[in-house]
Formats: sequence, C-alpha cells, structure tokens
Amino acid sequence: MSYDSRRAGPAGSDGDAYPWRAAAPTERAHNVCVIGAGAAGLTAVKNLREYGFGVDCYERETGVGGAWNWRHDRSPVYASTHLISSKPFTQFPDFPMPDSWPDYPHHTQVLAYLERYFDHFGLRDHIWFGTEVTQVSPTQDGGFDVTISGARGGGSDRTQRYAAVVVANGHNWSPKLPSYEGMTDFQGEIIHSSQYKDAAQLRGKRVLVVGAGNTGCDIAVEAAQQATRCWHSSRRGYWYAPKYVYGRPADQINDLVYALRLPLRLRQFLFHRTLKRTVGDLTRFGLPEPDHKVYETHPIANSQLVYYLGHGSITPVPDVARFTRDSVEFTDGRVVQPELVILSTGYLPRFEFLAPELLNVDAEGRPRLNLHTFSPTHPSLAVAGLLQPDGGVFSLMHWQAVMIATWLQLRDQAPDKADRYWRRHRGETGLRFNKAKVKQSTRHWFEVSHVEYLRAVDKTLREMEAA
Amino acid sequence: MTTHPEIFRWRDWADPVRPVQREVLTSQPAGDELGHADRHKPPLLFVPGYGHGAWAFAENWLEHCATRGYSAYAMSLRGHGDSGSAPHTTLRAYAHDVVQVAARLPRQAVLIGHGVGALAVGRALARYPARAGVLVAPVFGGFGTAMAALLANPAGTIPAVFGGRLGLRRGQLFGRGLPANQAREYDKRVGPNRRAPLVPWQLLVTRRTERPVGDAPVLVVGSPDDKVVPRRSLQKVARRYGGAPLLFPGMGHDMMLDSRWREPVDAILDWLDKPHH
Repeated sequence: MSYDSRRAGPAGSDGDAYPWRAAAPTERAHNVCVIGAGAAGLTAVKNLREYGFGVDCYERETGVGGAWNWRHDRSPVYASTHLISSKPFTQFPDFPMPDSWPDYPHHTQVLAYLERYFDHFGLRDHIWFGTEVTQVSPTQDGGFDVTISGARGGGSDRTQRYAAVVVANGHNWSPKLPSYEGMTDFQGEIIHSSQYKDAAQLRGKRVLVVGAGNTGCDIAVEAAQQATRCWHSSRRGYWYAPKYVYGRPADQINDLVYALRLPLRLRQFLFHRTLKRTVGDLTRFGLPEPDHKVYETHPIANSQLVYYLGHGSITPVPDVARFTRDSVEFTDGRVVQPELVILSTGYLPRFEFLAPELLNVDAEGRPRLNLHTFSPTHPSLAVAGLLQPDGGVFSLMHWQAVMIATWLQLRDQAPDKADRYWRRHRGETGLRFNKAKVKQSTRHWFEVSHVEYLRAVDKTLREMEAA
Repeated sequence: MTTHPEIFRWRDWADPVRPVQREVLTSQPAGDELGHADRHKPPLLFVPGYGHGAWAFAENWLEHCATRGYSAYAMSLRGHGDSGSAPHTTLRAYAHDVVQVAARLPRQAVLIGHGVGALAVGRALARYPARAGVLVAPVFGGFGTAMAALLANPAGTIPAVFGGRLGLRRGQLFGRGLPANQAREYDKRVGPNRRAPLVPWQLLVTRRTERPVGDAPVLVVGSPDDKVVPRRSLQKVARRYGGAPLLFPGMGHDMMLDSRWREPVDAILDWLDKPHH
C-alpha cells in the first residue's frame, strides 16, 4: 500500500509519515469524523468545513453517492428509479439542480448531482475511500476512538481519536425480510427488492410484488408492462398520490397549502378531495378503502399504478397468508401461482460499529435520539440522514448538518452555555415532528413532516445561536 | 454566534422560477485545458446589470482576469444579451439565474455583479455559499436611486414607472474619459430589458438583502462620479456588508467599459489574491 506524500493518511503529519501504524490511537482530536459519503455524509462534510471544522470522512465504497450510486453493492436503486419528490424539495438549498433537468430527475442524474456537489465544494481532500469504520467507542475526554480498516479486507486496522462523530451510514441498505409460513418450501424465486435492478428480470414471468411502498409500486408498474401477469399485494389501502396535480408537481401544490398554515384537518380534507376528484375511487379497482387519512403513512407518489390497474395489467391482492410448494395464498383465500415473488418490504437502519446504548436504542431496536440527530448520552455524537420525510430528504440533511455544525461550534466556543443547553434539552428524545398520527410500522417512527421537522430545526438553531 | 440563513423558502418550493436558456461567455487562463490553472484561484462569475449582457464584461475584464490566472465567466440575466426571456421576470428570477450559473461552475465561485446585477448577486449570496462577493457600482434600489435616475434622465426613467422600458443615457453610464465614438458604440449595445416591467417597481420598494451564506466576504467598488449610483448609496451598501467602498474618482457607472477599466478590476483581483478566504 503506498500513498503519495499529500495523502499520507489523514493522520499524516510532516514529521512522522505513518503515525497511525503505532498501536496507540493517533490524535485527530480537534477533527470531526463523518462516517459515509452519501448525500447525508457529503453535506455534513461540506457544512462542517464551512463552520471551520477539520473533517475526515470514511467511505467503504470507492465513490460518493451512497445509496444513489448504482455501482455500490448496497445501492437499492434499479434502472428506472426516478425521484418521487420534485427538484425544489430534493436539492440541497444552497446548490440547486440544473434548470434543464426534469421535475423528477433520474437516479443517474441524482448521482451526477452529488458528484458535482463533491467536486464543487472541494470535498475530495476530506474523504477516505475504500475505508470502513468497524468500531466507534467513546473516550474519557468526551471524544471517540474510531477504528477503520480497508473495506475489501486490505490494510490493517488503525484507530484514531476524534472530537466528534457524525454517523451518516444510511438506512436503505439492510433489507427487511418478512417471514411467511411455507416460504422455504416455495419452488419459485423469491427476491428482496434490493436485488431488483432491471425490468428484464420480469420479462415473460408471472410476478407477485409484495408491498405498496414507493418501490413496490414502481416495480408493480414495470411488471405490468413486462411480465405476463402481475399481482400486487398490500396489507392495507393507501392513498396513491399522482406526481402531478393541477398541472404542477403534486408536492409543490402540497407546500402551497402548507405555506398558508392551514390546520392539519383542513389540509387532509383538501388532499382527500383533490385525490377523489383526480385519481378517483380506488375501491372500483378492487383496492381496499384506506384505513387512515393522508399524511398518516409515508406518502406514495405514483401516477402509473392506478393507470395500469385501470388497464387490468395489475391485479390487486391483500396480504400474503402463506406460501406452498407452487402457490401463494392471500388472506382473502385467493390462491395464485407466481414464478417470481419480489418482496418490496423495505430496509432497516443498522449501526454495527456502535454500541446500542450510545444511540439510546430501545427494546425494538430503534435509536431514540434528540431531533432524530443527537445522542442523549454523548453530546459529540450525531446521526445524519436518519429521516423518512414526506418530501425530499437532501434539504433536510443540509439543515441537519448545519444544526450539528452549530452545536459543535457552540461546544467549542462556549462550553458552559453548551452545557446548560445540553442539560435542558438532552431528554427530548422520541419526538415525532409530525402532527398526523402515523400508522405503526418498522420505519414509521422516523417518519417526519418536512415542515414540522424544519420548524424544530429552525427553533433549535435560534436557541443555540442565542445561547 | 451568527444567525443561520432562512430555512423556509415557500415561494421557491411551491412556485419555482421558470427556467430559461442562459448565455455564458468565458475566458480561461492559458494552459487551463491541461489542468494547469491555479487550484487555489476560484472561478469568477460576472453578472452585468440592467440593459447589459455578458458582452459588457467580455469587452475587457474577462480576458484580463484570465491573464492573471483566473477562470472568468460572464453571464446574461434573463431578458438580456443572448439569454432567453420569460414572463413574470422579477429580481427573484435574476438571483435564481445567478445561482444556477454559479452552481454549474467546476468549483465554488466568486460572484461579481454590476449595477442591478450586483443586487442579483447580493441576493444570490444569501442562497449560494460563494467564495466571495464583489458589488461593482451596486444598484440596490430604494428612493434615492430612483430620484437620481429621474434627475439624470427623466425621459428614460418616467416610462418605467408605467411599466414601459427603463432607458439609460450615455452620460449616465460612461465617464468623460471614454472617447465619444466608443461611448456611442457601447450605448447602442445597451439594450432595453425585455419583458420585465416589474423590476423597476421592485427596485423602488426593495427589501433588505439577507446576509451571505457561508460568511462570504464582500467588497463594494464604485465611483463617486457615478451618475446612476450616488456616493451615499455606495456607502450604505458597503456598510451593510461591514466595510467601506473602494472608490475610483472620475469613472462612470460602467466601470468595466471605461477607458480606465484596468484599475478597478486589478483592485478586485488584488483583493481576491489576499489570503483571507
């Protein structure tokens, strides 16, 4: 392994070329360590730099973009993935996507955007590619020892000390797999949506898609065009929002209503009415009536699903009851014989390199953090991007990064004030940032309304700045 | 601690600015195609003001910046030069144009605006974390600027009040040093702004510009003999950004087209060369 002199390891001082080879932790004591160079990690690095912090970012892959980089083996994107929130909500607020791009860019454009952000703000010197973080442990002085190793098994482990750690390892890479009775006896093929990459996988097959999240709906729509049969299983009725209403991207109309500061009930009424008038009554197609109001589950933005239901190319079915050797039975007793079953059942957050108590993880394995960001026990530990907003997430990640940088700056410049602030607010964990009563599911505990969440961030920033 | 920028941009979220084609001209330092350009010198983006297109900077300044090692770009705001135009053009759309072009540059840029272009830059600085901002003869609007324009050129200014075009006279734009035939030639190129009847009104009631994001340092450059921007306005704008204006007596409003164009641009580049960013 050889480095040129400029990149002699982040710890490389002028005197000793490879101090990290020593057994003792090397000191990056005034720096912040960012884990992951996806969207959340990149904006953390950029904003921490802007606030004057030294930053070392470790990325296990060889490029930026995290989930949005289709070359990464953990990337969940498939060939046809497009954004489901329009540009003004998706982009970082201080680095707009090009005007020439469509309202809903393709995933390759999103990757190009993140790569441009990386180049434009000169983040290359702060990111260490092919380097995986294997252990983060707190030290006596309030910092962290971060152990890193070569992601492909190359190089020996080394440990470095940091003043603070920002975890941005993503939450859409570890598949959540349901278990159904008889699943192991099933002779057909069962895959998780993370293994779905291209519509060619569906061609000429009888396909069952399980799950009506945005991915499940996308795959059902592709199956409607490519497969010989497509069944789409959902456990409840959902609100399928079209990508355009009144000739505009639907989320822009939604925010127009938000901007008027109407109460939630009135917004729900307007939304229901708009959907009734435009999409119509979905029970006509055999879908169940939604058992909840809009905003109470993660929004689904898909204009085509209803279109293909109307053309009979998608057959809606309820939840799976059991698998047998050659068929699948649903809770209403219907039996079908698919050749390929795609489980679009989502992902679970995972933090293997952190002791669960650092993130205040509860009995169900959910981190209970302050503002979904700060560890309630370790003031210099933050998580970035662990959000499921009802809109684009990059803009939320940006303000989250600004909030983390402001907090670390306050700790640095006015430790007494930071202490007082910490004592006052550390207990505020598990807040919802969502006026709607969100339906229980494994990911909906971090489902936030982008407006409620940003209002909370705004209030926090004001309080920190005034401290 | 400093306050954070505005988070809620309802207008931009719910009603994004309509896209247009934008004209961008550039001069690159010699050898840049080989990647030899100085990595520490940020790209410069020049934003001309009312009635001017990118050509106004391509005339002298772009080339000069390139010879001093900077990648220099000049753009035309919508409705100007060879950029497209769109209905409902406002100052918000101008700032949008600036941020759009800045974000397409290879690296974090310095924004340099002239006249109303300086106001567009002032607003763009509140959105995009530029390396630095330079406001040349900035027209930040307000009653004083309107009165100055009325006194200097009533025939050109009054129609704008009624949604007509805002005319600019040669005497308003150029200093005495510029040869008359040259001034006539430039004057012919200073066109009216197409389809932006709202902008002069907006200038009259313009709001206070927000603080630059990322704490970009800002330099104000002007002339006490500018017939468009009174000296007092220059001082007011500079004070807003925590400084004093850098003054070049005897020059006209269009400093980049003046016979002494070299002096202000060298002063700007000297300021940028200093290691405070």
